[in-house]
Amino acid sequence: MAAEIDALTKGNHGIGGIASFMGVVREMAGDHPIQAMTLEHYLGMTEKKLAEIEAEARRRWPLEASLIIHRHGRLVPGDRIVLVVTCAKSRGPALAACEFLIDWLKTEAPFWKLEETGDGEQWVDARESDEAAAKKWAE
Amino acid sequence: MKLLYFAWLRTKIGISSEEVTPPDEVSDVGGLIDWLASRGPGYADALANRDQVRVAVNQDYAGRDRAVSPSDEVALFPPVTGG
Repeated sequence: MAAEIDALTKGNHGIGGIASFMGVVREMAGDHPIQAMTLEHYLGMTEKKLAEIEAEARRRWPLEASLIIHRHGRLVPGDRIVLVVTCAKSRGPALAACEFLIDWLKTEAPFWKLEETGDGEQWVDARESDEAAAKKWAE
Repeated sequence: MKLLYFAWLRTKIGISSEEVTPPDEVSDVGGLIDWLASRGPGYADALANRDQVRVAVNQDYAGRDRAVSPSDEVALFPPVTGG
């Protein structure tokens, strides 16, 4: 992550605040240990949606720079899934935009998680709490 | 019309993509889904609960009333779970 932030902020001395979120594969799904998680995605639409979400954040807040990295394929507990970084002159826009980006990404970006546990494989269900989190950003 | 299926819709239907030629009366997303559900048990099972089916036309989210045409790319998938 340090390398990503360095690349993002290089040369921009107007940046006063950098906010970030990283999503990581958990060890447990409820009371079942997770052996692996595979992220399927819609090639083409994922890039398009992530670019749209980032453009929306930059429309709403004065950001100096921003970055979204989302992995796909088979991951294991402890692996990083997603990284969101936002840079602004001050902490307000950086923090708000960071939270906005992860909340929107969870309801807009076309990825689907398949969990492998001791009981076999199952697709993770979308959560109402994620929808609610995205809705709180409605203008 | 190119159709793409993802996640458990793909596993229930049994294929990840196909080219289809719906009947002329299929003009929108709703009609397309209803017609697909009639094509076989895998489709019917995948599309049984419309609340769990999301649609994108040419990589933009679309509702049931969105028009579809033979040159479109239509994707069907469950609510997303990324992040």
